[in-house]
Amino acid sequence: MGRYVIRRLLQMIPVFIGSTFLIFFMVYALGDPVAALFGDRAPDPATAAQIRRDLHLNDSLGEQYLIYMRNIFTGDFGTAFNGQAVTSLMGSAFPVTIRLTLVAVVFEVVIGIALGVVTGLRRGRPVDTGVLLLTLVVISVPTFVTGYVLQYIFGVRLRWTAPSVSPSAPVGELLLPGLVLALVSLAYVTRLTRTSIAENTRADYVRTAVAKGLPQRRVIVRHLLRNSLIPVVTFIGTDIGALMGGAIVTERIFNIHGVGFQLYQGILRNNAPTVVGFVTILVLVFLIANLLVDLLYAVLDPRIRYA
Amino acid sequence: MATSPDLVPTPAQTPADPLLDVRDLHVEFRTRDGVAKAVNGVNYTVHAGETLAVLGESGSGKSVTAQAIMGILDTPPGFVTRGQVLFQGRDLLTMSAEERRKVRGARIAMIFQDALSALNPVLTVGEQLGEMFRVHRGASRKEARAKAIELMDRVRIPAARDRVRDYPHQFSGGMRQRVMIAMAMALEPDLIIADEPTTALDVTVQAQVMDLLAELQREFTMGLILITHDLGVVADVADKIAVMYAGRIVETAPVHDIYRAPAHPYTRGLLRSIPRLDRKGRELYAIKGLPPSLLHIPPGCPFHPRCAQARGRELCRSDLPALLPVVGGRASACHFWKETLGDDNAAADRAGA
Ligand SMILES: Nc1ncnc2c1ncn2[C@@H]1O[C@H](COP(=O)(O)OP(=O)(O)OP(=O)(O)O)[C@@H](O)[C@H]1O
Ligand code: SF4
Ligand SMILES: [Mg+2]
Repeated sequence: MGRYVIRRLLQMIPVFIGSTFLIFFMVYALGDPVAALFGDRAPDPATAAQIRRDLHLNDSLGEQYLIYMRNIFTGDFGTAFNGQAVTSLMGSAFPVTIRLTLVAVVFEVVIGIALGVVTGLRRGRPVDTGVLLLTLVVISVPTFVTGYVLQYIFGVRLRWTAPSVSPSAPVGELLLPGLVLALVSLAYVTRLTRTSIAENTRADYVRTAVAKGLPQRRVIVRHLLRNSLIPVVTFIGTDIGALMGGAIVTERIFNIHGVGFQLYQGILRNNAPTVVGFVTILVLVFLIANLLVDLLYAVLDPRIRYA
Repeated sequence: MATSPDLVPTPAQTPADPLLDVRDLHVEFRTRDGVAKAVNGVNYTVHAGETLAVLGESGSGKSVTAQAIMGILDTPPGFVTRGQVLFQGRDLLTMSAEERRKVRGARIAMIFQDALSALNPVLTVGEQLGEMFRVHRGASRKEARAKAIELMDRVRIPAARDRVRDYPHQFSGGMRQRVMIAMAMALEPDLIIADEPTTALDVTVQAQVMDLLAELQREFTMGLILITHDLGVVADVADKIAVMYAGRIVETAPVHDIYRAPAHPYTRGLLRSIPRLDRKGRELYAIKGLPPSLLHIPPGCPFHPRCAQARGRELCRSDLPALLPVVGGRASACHFWKETLGDDNAAADRAGA
């Protein structure tokens, strides 16, 4: 097991280098960051040249990348367009997005699994058909549509919650955005749970559990659910990374100053340090989440052994 | 439809009431393609300490009958539409769900064919064995574990104390089936239903597992219903045989009589289709044709399209033969059983008597 973890951690290095370079290259290809810095005004040529030198913009792409990487390893992620250190932006943005993601995951787990279990045990009944239809709708409507609609209904019309989240982003205000962020994944969790339960209800070991004279509750919880939730748990695990990255849309809708907001600003201003820095951290989160999911999988299913 | 009442005679050596008395059991599966009549009036009895072997081709309803007795039918699509399952005199089919649950596992236990899929892959065998004591006896976690180890010792799994923490996939096929047997034995039930308990095993361990089962059955004088395709095993351990065809019992008999002289053409076909040492070198016989679709069971005798003895006789095509007593504590569901018995050998004399 230990060796497996080390091997996986080592495998992250090339993935890390490759993905950061790719992002670096894409931002580089976006255009002239100095021009973007000044917006519509034409910059004073002397100042522009000075900034270029400071940012090593005259060097080749490869050299720029190396300089950037060297700085990263000393904890210097560069400066954002507004002069703040990227690290300080991260310090304020990541906690907000993590909180938003956690709210979303809780919705996924609680509502998604509950609906999946209910529909899985009552296949073909009206509840099942109804929920299935609903998940189809949720999956096929884009998040920004559901987001704006729910924001309008609950934030503007009913005034149950603030339509725009304050900079400190307390959990109470993140409930609606969290739900919006979770919706599509929640629908997938529902369907996955339903399918898994449906498959496992016919499994031999469930029949054995009934033949042992166990009460129905115990058959369902200890035998059926324990097995059916293995794929669901791993899906939710891998989804955490995707949720954090996908928060961009939700954060825009509800004006949340999280990772998505900063990334958006960074792209708007062609600010390579912000974009590359944030995406690099997201890549790391994604890789580590994946590793944890694989390890969790081995804990949940004793048949899986890593060597 | 003509169905026989319980006329299957009980062997003379056990005068007591039967442990299990299945009467006129009907099970159907209501599927999209139609109603599959899987069990169509099964009658059989099992006494304490007795082994009943159930034989028959694939799809003849052996497992479904067992599931109906256990109360583990897939419902829907499966439904018991008629009949009684008297266990120690009480009809299981009319009991409340809770009463029935208490019988399952504790008084009647079942051993399944494939222990790998029948055991829960994510729970240790100790947890799965101990669960019997925790649920039915209210044992503590610790007591349950001790009992689990004791059970594993009893079915002779080596190093039970360590292996109790292992998962099913960590055992060999034979050991896994021992775990299944241990689980069935846990609460010392009165009746065990073993559905092809050795079919999934290597030939080399089949005999060991079967011996263990037979030994435990003797030790605890349990009734045993043994569903199997292995006629060699049947000859060794069974007291009597019930042969099933298209959801019916077509013949019941004490074990040795049936080998000597079957009283139903289908039984004869089955016996001829097994390899035998004394007929080495001869080509194996196979019953021609296929079992009927359970959606459309032929009228009259369900076996008539395949029966060599029917020879186009009108009676075979029009009338369903009831399972009626013939000779020597046997019963056959063939209009022309005398002919069948006579065909085979000297038993004809007795048959004629
Ligand atoms: N869950 C089910 N749904 C629909 N039909 C079923 C189901 N289970 C059994 N059947 C029907 O019942 C018939 C009898 O099945 P059963 O399992 O009792 O056969 P068997 O005698 O045990 O055969 P085998 O020797 O292959 O185990 C099958 O052919 C099938 O048509
Ligand atoms: S009743 Fe007729 S068809 Fe049926 S087994 Fe006897 S001889 Fe064959
Ligand atoms: Mg079967």
